Parts: sequence; structure tokens; C-alpha cells
Amino acid sequence: MRKEQTLTWWGRFVDHDVTYSFLHSPVTVIASIVTVLMIIAAFCAPVLTSYTPFVPGSLNLLDAFMPPAWEPGGVSEHFLGTDGQGRDILAAIMYGTQVSLTVGLLSVLLSIAIGIPLGIIAGYNGGWVDTAIMRIADIQLTIPPILIALMIDGVTRTSLSSEVHELVAIPVLIVSIGLASWPQYARITRSGAMVERRKDYIAAAQLIQTPTALILLRHIFPNVVGPTLIVATIGVAVAIIIEATLSFLGVGVPPTTPSLGTLIRIGNNFLFSGEWWITLFPAFTLVVLVLSVNLIGDWLRDTFNPKLR
Amino acid sequence: MVNFILNRILQSAIVMFVVALISFFLFNFVGDPISNMVGQETTVHDMNALRERLGLNDSVIVQFGRFILDALNGNFGISYRLQRPVDELISERMPATLELVFVSAVIAMVLGVAGGLFTGLKRDHWLSKIILTSSLVGVSLPTFIIGILLIYIFAVKFNWLPSFGRGEVVDLKGGWSTGLLTVSGWKAIILPSITLALYQTTLILRIIRSEMLEVMRTDFIKFARARGLKSRDINYGHALKNTLIPVITVAGLQIGSLIAFSIITETVFQWPGMGSLFIQAVQFADVPVMSAYLVLVAFFFVIINLIVDLLYFVVDPRLRSEIKN
Repeated sequence: MRKEQTLTWWGRFVDHDVTYSFLHSPVTVIASIVTVLMIIAAFCAPVLTSYTPFVPGSLNLLDAFMPPAWEPGGVSEHFLGTDGQGRDILAAIMYGTQVSLTVGLLSVLLSIAIGIPLGIIAGYNGGWVDTAIMRIADIQLTIPPILIALMIDGVTRTSLSSEVHELVAIPVLIVSIGLASWPQYARITRSGAMVERRKDYIAAAQLIQTPTALILLRHIFPNVVGPTLIVATIGVAVAIIIEATLSFLGVGVPPTTPSLGTLIRIGNNFLFSGEWWITLFPAFTLVVLVLSVNLIGDWLRDTFNPKLR
Repeated sequence: MVNFILNRILQSAIVMFVVALISFFLFNFVGDPISNMVGQETTVHDMNALRERLGLNDSVIVQFGRFILDALNGNFGISYRLQRPVDELISERMPATLELVFVSAVIAMVLGVAGGLFTGLKRDHWLSKIILTSSLVGVSLPTFIIGILLIYIFAVKFNWLPSFGRGEVVDLKGGWSTGLLTVSGWKAIILPSITLALYQTTLILRIIRSEMLEVMRTDFIKFARARGLKSRDINYGHALKNTLIPVITVAGLQIGSLIAFSIITETVFQWPGMGSLFIQAVQFADVPVMSAYLVLVAFFFVIINLIVDLLYFVVDPRLRSEIKN
């Protein structure tokens, strides 16, 4: 027999439907463990590895092009080998994942920060405000985000000198990916807000003359934010892919603070001469990271919205 | 129906106008076009003369009008980096991109429809499960990584297929150069087109599958079965036809994004198309090429969307009768 009233928050957490569904989905459990490990490896990189792959003075060219430890010629100090400048690949991947994750998370936060307010305003007000906001969103949705991000990045590159651009490259990248992906969040929030605004509690709030801003913030927002955050999980995976692609194309983060995409770009030049590990390990890391985040996102979507398949 | 088409054309015109406006501001106000065109030793006097000659001292509205007229005539100025007219550069490289996009679209449609039908009709077959799982992996693989992997396997390891360029090209009349008439051209297009098509294939496959699952549950399919029609007629004559609307919508949008994603594929495979021209323009801040590419891609998008809207009438009899009444 279970006593409801004596359950602590931990007990309730363990007993919850969502926890049950999580523990009974081995794929999701593995994906979460992999994701958490990658986050730890990325953000604790300075503690976990003694190599500083992006401090030019600490590199030794004599260490260049070492294969992974299990290949002939590999050494255990550089487990995944080294690149053309003697960088330890494993350490480079850890620091690179940090940049990729940072850009991915912050750009999704920016998209949400733009998309949710616009979606709430559009859905609550209806009328021409709604039409105007959603028309812009529709037009933007027909253009792939990667093209928009390329354009924004290209414009800032043109208007700033190259030294200044190098300094602001990562913020610019976050802004361009964030600006490129807000419409989908606006759409979801809007449809939620349209449902909520017809409910009685909103009518009651309007009746006692609650200021509109307060209704939107206190009443509509908490009720529509859930589905948006679930979509945002998959959004992080998409943002990481866009960042990696832009960096691979050479218009993303500069080689001085490389992300996974930059590492793949650098390594790609050595693929033909047989140094496959320089590009394939970062590529593998990127795929595993994106796949794990996608799997978590899929599970969240299925669990919290059974209507969606 | 005429009203509907006119309405759509008007909307497309508005979109094109906005894109032209953005492209115009990009061209005129990002950086100084004059300092990009002249050398170091040009005097201030000469620069002012050039400014006057190019009409950069006129009012913004006059300049915008001229920009639109020029754009309608295909004149987008001179590339800063290559010092050649932009329209020439683009028309040289357009055939390569369009051929790549065409071959990829065919691959994506054929494989996507076939796979979607199979997984939709035989959802418990072991092959369906394999196809579905690999399609999830396909969504998580960024385009450029697919390209790198294909190059590593088929060009570096086995040396079967070339890893860059478009092979031998034949010049046709009208300035169109095609790689589809030579063996080396076909060999060269295999890897890039598969790379470009993979993501689209998984997308079309998943949509057809879920639409098929939905249609197969409807009453008219059950009725068709009760009438004793052959399964083939039911599956392809009735069910598939009713999945076409979402497929056309997505396929249309996807052809648009194929053009955009060709930027990545062209960079990986050093394919001499518009996409690699554009990415070089972004890297070197070559604004005329960037703005021309923007206008051109927007134009493709608008035209494709228009065609998709018209195709709805062809496949959906309900729309036709609605308009008649």
C-alpha cells in the first residue's frame, strides 16, 4: 500500500508517469546518459584534459598526424590521435563540443524569446496583428533557416572589419540561427494561445479588468509554454546541425575557437592523404550528439502529446 | 479559379518586391560599393565622379526603381571579387546546380514514394522496421557529413567514383553545359546527388507512410475491399491518390530547399554550381553576387510555390468543384 501524503518530492518523482515511461524506454535512457556525459565532457574539458588544443604555444609540431592509439604508430597519450598541428583530437573534440552546445542552446533560447511573445500576441489578439505576424512567419518558413543564417552572417561579415568580425563571430552566429528559426515556435505558441483565450478563466480575468499584459504573462504564457519547450529540444539538435554546417562552410565560428563543424572542415583537407581520424572522430561526435538530442526530443513529444505520432 | 490564380500571383509579386528591397539595401548600404570597386590609388575626385556616374547620388527611391528595372533585365552589376558581370557568372553556373537538383529530386521522389508505400502498406514487415530506423538516423546526419562519408568510402577507400567536379561537360545550344551526356558526367553526379537527396528521401518517405496508414483506415478503402477490388487497384488507384496533397506540398517546398542545400553539397564535392559561387561570395563579402543569388533563389521559391498551388487543382477534385460553385 502506498501512502500518498507521506511521499516526499523524490518519492513523487519516482512514482510519476513520466518517470515510468522514461525508465521503460531504454533508447531514451541511453540517449540521455550519452547526452549528459557529452555535456559534462564539454564543459569540464579544462579539468578533464591537460591539453590546451587552442593555445598555439602549447602545441608541438613533432606530435603532428599521430594516428589513434590502436593503430600502428599511435600512442596512448593521444588516444584519438593528433591533427596537422599536433593538437590532441580528443581534447579538440571536447572543446569543440562546448562551442557547438553553447551556440545551439543560446540560439534556441533566442528563437524562443522571439517566437513565444510574438505567438502569444498573435494568438490572443487575432485580427490584423495575427495576420501580419503569421504572414511574416509563413514567408520566412518557406526559406530554409540555413540560407537566412548564411545571409545574416554574410551581411555582418561585409559591414565589419575582419578583426572585429572574428571577435563577434560566435554572438553573430547565435543571432543568425536564432533569427532564422523563430517562426515555428511562434506557430505552436499561437495555436495554444488561440485555444486558451476562449476559456472561462481568461474571460474572468478580463472581466475584473486585469491588464492585458498581465493576462498574457500570468495566464496565457504558463499554459502554452510546455509544447513549445518540447519542440525546442529538437530545435537544439537542428541548431547544432546548422551551426556545424555554417562552420563547415567556413562562415561560422573562426578557427581560433573551433566548433565541431570547424574541426570537420579542418580535417576534411586531410581525408585524401589517409588521415581519416582528424575529420571522422569530430563527425562521429556530432552525429551521436544530434541523434541523442533527437531521440530525447522524440520521446518528450510522444510522452507529453499522445495525439502526435 | 482565375481569381485564385491572380491572388496567388499578387502574393508572389509582394514577396518578390520585399526580397528585392532587402537585396537592394544589402547592395547599397552594406559597406561602400565605391570603395569596393576602385583600387587604392583612386583620388577622391574620381570616386565622386564614379559615384555620380553610377547614380549613387540620386534619391533612394530613384535608385530602387533603377535596381528593379536592372534586375528585370537580369543585370545585377559586377562582382567585386571576379570583376565580371554577375548575370554572366550565374548563368554559367546555373546548369550545374539545376542538373544536380533535378537528379536529386528524382532520386528523392522515387525512393521516398517507394519506401513510404512499402512501410505504409506492410508496417510490420522486418524491412519496414529497418527502413524506418535508418530514416531516423538519416535525419540526424548533417548533409555535409553524408558527403564526407560517401567520399571517404567510394572515392578514397575504393576509388570507384570521383570526389569532385562534374566530369566531362558537353556544351549545348543556348549556353547550357550538361554533364548528363557523358559517362564521366554521370559518374560524377552519383555521389553529390545521393548526398543531396538523402534527407529529402527520408522526409517524403515518412509523410507518405503516415498518410498511407491514415488513408487505409478510412471507410472508402474498406468499402473498396468489400466490393472485391484487387489490392493493387486499391493501394495505387485509391489510397496513393489520396495521399498526394501533403506529398505535393512537401515535395514542392523540398525542391526549394534542395536549391538552398545544394550550397553545402556543392562545397563538399567542389561542384561548380551557383551554391559554391554564393558561398565564396559570402566569404569574400562579394555583395552583388550575394544579392543576385538571393533574388534568384527567392524567384525559384515563388515559382515553385505557385506551381504547387496550381497542382492542388489538378489532384483535388473537391477544390475544382468548390471554385465552380
